Amino acid sequence: MRRSFYRGLVTLALGVAMTLPAAAATQLTGAGSSFDYPFFSKAFYIYNQKRPDVTVNYQSIGSGGGIQQFTAKNVDFGASDVPMNAEELGRAKQAVLQIPVTLGGAAIAYNLPGVSATLRLSRQALADIYLGKIAKWNDPEIAKLNAGVKLPDTPIVVVHRSDGSGTSYIFTDFLSHVSPEWKSKVGTGKSVSWPAPSSVGAKGNEGVAGQVRSTPGAIGYVELAYVIENKMPAVTLQNKAGKWVACSPETVAAAAATKPNVSPTNFSIVDSAGANSYPVSGYSWVMIYKDQSDKTRGKILYDVLSWLVGPQGQSNAKSVDYVPLPVNVQNAASATLRQMQR
Amino acid sequence: MQQLEPRFRRVARFVSPADRGFAAVVYGGSILFALLIIALFVELVLGSWPSIVHFGPSFIWKSAWDPVANKFGALPMIYGTVVTSLIAIVLASFVGIMAAVFLADFAPRWLATPLSFMIELLAAVPSVVYGLWGLFVLSPFVRTAIGPVLQKFLGWTPLFSGPIYGVGLLTAGIILALMIVPTVTAISRDVIAAIPRDLREASMALGTTRWETAIRVVLPAARVGIFGACVLALGRALGETIAVTMVIGNRPEISSSLFAPSYTLASVIANEFTEATTSIYISALIELGLILFFVSIVVNALARLMIWSVRGSERT
Amino acid sequence: MTATTSPSERELLPRYRSLRRRRIFASLGTTLALCCAGLAAGVLLVILAYVVVQGARAINWNFLTQLPHPIGVPGGGVGNGILGTLIIIGLATAMAVPLGLLTGIYLALFGRGPIPEGLRFLSDVLSGVPSIAIGLFAYAVLVAPLKHFSAFSASFAFMMLMLPLLVRTSEQAIRSVPQTVREGALALGMSNFRATMYIVLPTAMPAIITALLLAIARVVGETAPLLFTAFGSQFWQANPNQPMAVLALQVFTYAISPYPEWQTQAWGGALLLILAVLILSLGARLMLRRATRDLEA
Repeated sequence: MRRSFYRGLVTLALGVAMTLPAAAATQLTGAGSSFDYPFFSKAFYIYNQKRPDVTVNYQSIGSGGGIQQFTAKNVDFGASDVPMNAEELGRAKQAVLQIPVTLGGAAIAYNLPGVSATLRLSRQALADIYLGKIAKWNDPEIAKLNAGVKLPDTPIVVVHRSDGSGTSYIFTDFLSHVSPEWKSKVGTGKSVSWPAPSSVGAKGNEGVAGQVRSTPGAIGYVELAYVIENKMPAVTLQNKAGKWVACSPETVAAAAATKPNVSPTNFSIVDSAGANSYPVSGYSWVMIYKDQSDKTRGKILYDVLSWLVGPQGQSNAKSVDYVPLPVNVQNAASATLRQMQR
Repeated sequence: MQQLEPRFRRVARFVSPADRGFAAVVYGGSILFALLIIALFVELVLGSWPSIVHFGPSFIWKSAWDPVANKFGALPMIYGTVVTSLIAIVLASFVGIMAAVFLADFAPRWLATPLSFMIELLAAVPSVVYGLWGLFVLSPFVRTAIGPVLQKFLGWTPLFSGPIYGVGLLTAGIILALMIVPTVTAISRDVIAAIPRDLREASMALGTTRWETAIRVVLPAARVGIFGACVLALGRALGETIAVTMVIGNRPEISSSLFAPSYTLASVIANEFTEATTSIYISALIELGLILFFVSIVVNALARLMIWSVRGSERT
Repeated sequence: MTATTSPSERELLPRYRSLRRRRIFASLGTTLALCCAGLAAGVLLVILAYVVVQGARAINWNFLTQLPHPIGVPGGGVGNGILGTLIIIGLATAMAVPLGLLTGIYLALFGRGPIPEGLRFLSDVLSGVPSIAIGLFAYAVLVAPLKHFSAFSASFAFMMLMLPLLVRTSEQAIRSVPQTVREGALALGMSNFRATMYIVLPTAMPAIITALLLAIARVVGETAPLLFTAFGSQFWQANPNQPMAVLALQVFTYAISPYPEWQTQAWGGALLLILAVLILSLGARLMLRRATRDLEA
């Protein structure tokens, strides 16, 4: 009995040892924004097919998590929809490079069975919903904007992120821009105190999308790719110029075009002017240490990331409903990357 | 179960070098085991020390959970943990004790064995599978069936008012109840079966029905052990993480309605630990873990004391 | 009740009436108890039914052997999760069994006294600690200082979850080996070491293996500690020093996602987990029957 047990153990150990050579390939780890996750998973899959000895393991744990794990040096790179601020950079204790890697929009998805028309919301109405001031779908504020649509008497279930989220940052940045009350009461951040009573928190963009999908009466902010992939209805928002725009790669690109020079300290493109701009758009960033202690690993990291921000990597964006970086931003990102001591 | 007799211990000498080596290894293993557990406790205290020092005892009754302003209070999480565990224990103890009575005293052998087996198998179902089932089957069921019915009849109480999301305290409580029913049933059944037959026979000789014997004679005799089973099950419910995280709604807020989303000590750690950015945030989360650790230990110790006193030195 | 009664019947009537009522209550009560037992068992069947029906759709050879595909690329599987689960549990067993056995042997040989009682108390404490707290411990000890997630830290957490059951059962199993066997060995001049290792332990082995199978059944579905130890992966990984995919973690991630294909795969993974637990539990039962049979012989 004992002998067969030990024999089993030895066999297991041998089996594990035999698979070890397969793991001699380099595996880079990254963590962070769920906003980028569909784009990253496609892009790194394609990269691995091009270059089978490099795998990039990206886990979507939220922008806050990405920054945290990056600062703790548990991962090779972090990804966040909002660049690290001065305080976070200070905690990192080492020089950090931040590059924009993709462009996306937070669509306002909703679930209202029985209503087939796409709903319209003004920026103020959206802010009021998230402030908790509008509690039902047939509120006069909403009805006024959607003449001719029969709105049910359902309570609005506000869904937000429960984890530290860059998507939340972009969304609350937008709300602070359009509603002074939001700005003073709640503010902008990856994790805020959501004022709407009995709103539901979900983990990751995936969680919010899942929650909205399964809860009648729900409304939530979700990265565009998730909304398109799951064929969820999304609100048509009124932008700063007064036009009604739906969230799409074109409207997001239009918003980005209003700010040709983005940098980690000047990155907000929410509520931008421009007739076709979608108001809740944002860049998403990757952060890496300027000085890589392991030079070989650093070289591979550089190769992966420069591929990602170059034309080849960015061409994957369209197929997963992300917006490729404008060319000048791609060049600026590549220039920043070259600073990596490799 | 045999105790080593004293004369045997004197005889068991460590004669050879192999014996001394053996003794060293055995001692070493046991010391390592003890050290691991002590290290667990020490790590939890060390990790939560900054938060303990910063927030003091008010951490337990403050209800703000604001990662942006670095203000943390455990009250909403304690509330969520207590309410879900209470719902779970109320539901599970009723169903579990009734089931135990049936299995111990009423069921014929051909029925009792498969039923017991199935109930014990419930205990083996992985927590994440419960969460999956809860998310896709129970949540919609609560939202479409149980919730509206409860609200129709009891909606006048604040407990059942408000919008029904599907996820929330009630759903989490029901899932927890399902997870701990096997514990209550199995231990209660053993405790009831251990009550001596003469007690039952004496009662029935006085003319009571089998049911009355079970309820009025056997159960009171077994009450300490059964209570212990319930408390043990409560301990398990308090620490359950994944199944609850998937159906609780993840909102650090205290609401009177059972339909409202909430948060428990365990699920907030699961959700927020990997992304806690400031050291005080991490420390606050670890302090929640420490609170959970203490509560579980106290509850478990209480339970074992009660169960031991009925079942003797045989341990669960 | 009855219209005409004789005097003797009238004397009996109050008792008779209440006896009927008592009998009705008794039947109601028994039915209630039966329903409760049926409910508890029935819930298991309902859950199993859902998992089997939904999960069977997802399971095919690809599902068991392939890597997860990115969103938008159909197909893919949980092959790396299955491998990761096997590796992590294998490592955890390799660590937990020696430690648990040694402690069990100590407790069985030196049963009384404050130190053994203290050890038993610590073991009880450990069995009550929530798995998320153990995950925090594994993070603090093996992830944060080494600055990377690893399967090894997950194995460490699993080891701590398995230990109490192993310690308790080893002690009981060794103690329940009959005195005669132990005394016989010592009478033949064996040292304590040889007596324990070659005679007592093998006799106790079936019970210990039962406990091991049950402990593995318990951790195979544990997800909470994995969140900040193993971290997950989309690629093949067999190096325990690296982050690794684990089936339970994949089920969790897929379940809370909004993609229907991923949700179906979550059910498939859940079916695999339940099958694993069932097989382990049945195996444990068979072993237990064999163990008691051997001891009675």
